[in-house]
Amino acid sequence: MTVAPTDFTIAAPAAAAPRRSWRSAIRRHPTIVFGAGLLAIMAAMAILAPYLGTVDPQAISPIERLRWPSAAHWFGTDSLGRDVYSRTIYGARVSLIVGFSVAVLSTGLGLAIGLVSGYNRWTDAIVMRIMDGLMSIPSILIAIALMALTGASMKGVIIAITVGEVPRFTRLVRSIVLGLREMPYVEAAVASGTPALRILRRHILPNTLPTLFVQATFTAASAMIVEAYLSFLGVGTPPIIPSWGNIMAEGRTWFQIAYYLVLFPGIMLSITVLAVNLLGDGLRDALDPRLQRRM
Amino acid sequence: MFAYTVRRILATIPIMIVVALFVFALLHLSPGDPAAIIAGDAATPAAIAHIRAELGLDQPIYVQFGEWVWRLLHGNLGISIFTNLPVTTLIAERVGPTVALTISTLIVSVLIAIPIGVIAAWKAGSWIDRAAMVFAVLGFSAPSFVLAYILIYVFAIAFPILPVQGYVSINQGFLPFLAHIVLPSIALGMIYAALIARITRASMLDVLAQDYIRTAQAKGLSNEQVLIGHALKNAAVPIATIIGIGIALLIGGVVITETVFAIPGIGRLTVDAILNRDYPVIQGIILVFSAAYVLINLLVDLSYTFLDPRIRY
Repeated sequence: MTVAPTDFTIAAPAAAAPRRSWRSAIRRHPTIVFGAGLLAIMAAMAILAPYLGTVDPQAISPIERLRWPSAAHWFGTDSLGRDVYSRTIYGARVSLIVGFSVAVLSTGLGLAIGLVSGYNRWTDAIVMRIMDGLMSIPSILIAIALMALTGASMKGVIIAITVGEVPRFTRLVRSIVLGLREMPYVEAAVASGTPALRILRRHILPNTLPTLFVQATFTAASAMIVEAYLSFLGVGTPPIIPSWGNIMAEGRTWFQIAYYLVLFPGIMLSITVLAVNLLGDGLRDALDPRLQRRM
Repeated sequence: MFAYTVRRILATIPIMIVVALFVFALLHLSPGDPAAIIAGDAATPAAIAHIRAELGLDQPIYVQFGEWVWRLLHGNLGISIFTNLPVTTLIAERVGPTVALTISTLIVSVLIAIPIGVIAAWKAGSWIDRAAMVFAVLGFSAPSFVLAYILIYVFAIAFPILPVQGYVSINQGFLPFLAHIVLPSIALGMIYAALIARITRASMLDVLAQDYIRTAQAKGLSNEQVLIGHALKNAAVPIATIIGIGIALLIGGVVITETVFAIPGIGRLTVDAILNRDYPVIQGIILVFSAAYVLINLLVDLSYTFLDPRIRY
């Protein structure tokens, strides 16, 4: 019978722990929590789009064209009478898919090329000259040029933006690998005859991941903006798929009489990019506290 | 310094070779027949054959590349498929508004960003610092075309004090030029200003922690003298670096900003070239923008010795 009170005293702090850890997380990393929270809301909005009071984003209703925001159409209607609220909510899907896909692809490719380049001096000189050359072309121009060739498609947008982002990741990974290569534990592994692939996988790769994760968030934000730019210029996501860039491009003709057509998707894009940037800023501060006060 | 300058200039050659290779390969990397892609979906076989012969696409690839580079070295960027004019002429006609927009954006960004960065570092930890960093995060997250439309709505529609769109050359009067360029410069410059403000603050925080700043303050110098005469001068190298690197952001933004504000510059030419699938023009624009970017960063690198005499090459 003496066990019960002991159990109770142990159980009490355990029950309170999650609440305290949340509070402590918010206090220690408010930017991460705010950014991740905002991003989670956007992701939930994109996934649950059909259940958020939306109608078919492509449904045309000429009789209701260019209606101002009202109870029936929260964000108004466009020049074809389509519901701008529904189009804007569904548009979140394109931004998030493009941002996430470009971040994952650029990280993967940059990591593979950067690891080889940083660890192998023979390939380094050639690979880095190519990367330097590609980095001197503004990434949006690379994307525009590739999209002008391939035509509007979401897959094309993802590939076109990724091509411009890979050199930045490669350079970042290479710089980390060059530093790690001189570390005593890597030198010890080399001296003990550990195969190069195993050294890369066990000792070098894990140390590149935190920095890459931070860079991936900034790349996701940048990819969302470039996708919107491309769609706005008419070479991004096909008009059949509602994306924030497309909605703004269609709305710009009517801007002087119906500014809401551009305003709502523009604000949603800005909020999403802000969320990803805040998450990236917070992660950078958390992973490198020396930068916290400075940046 | 002379040896470094020569070395640094020589280092740009392989970079430009890669850029040229990429631009040349763009057409050939695309799936399908490049001539058919350029001609468009409704083109006749005769039109496709004409484009193929016009661009030399019927020659072996190494001959095509050799001829293309040879023409490039002679300042010949090819002929526009849509207008039939030399690409160099088209770019030269449009370069004025783009240079004007880029310079005015640079001025606006630096005038906004450096005071914000300096004051934020000086008042580090205060509400002024926090407000400055909020500005930096918001400025970095607002895409230039979203900001452009908000500015147009506020300053040209709700309170019509500035023109909605268009461009007036500085030769036609400074005030009309200013009235047309101010909104595009703010819209394009905000993201750039946010970036410069963050780096200025970080660089100033480093410098303000140095012993010579404490000495300057102990000598009784005013805050302005310490901040501008001692701290900002020593914080200049990272700021100049980010101004150079950030030019890529400006170049990307120029295409969109010129479209929103109907400015007849190279950005607008890019959009027209995309819509008309005028590939020689797109290739020429990429080469010119990349060369400008490489040149600006070369100048920034060379400026380090003037900004910080301790740097010796």
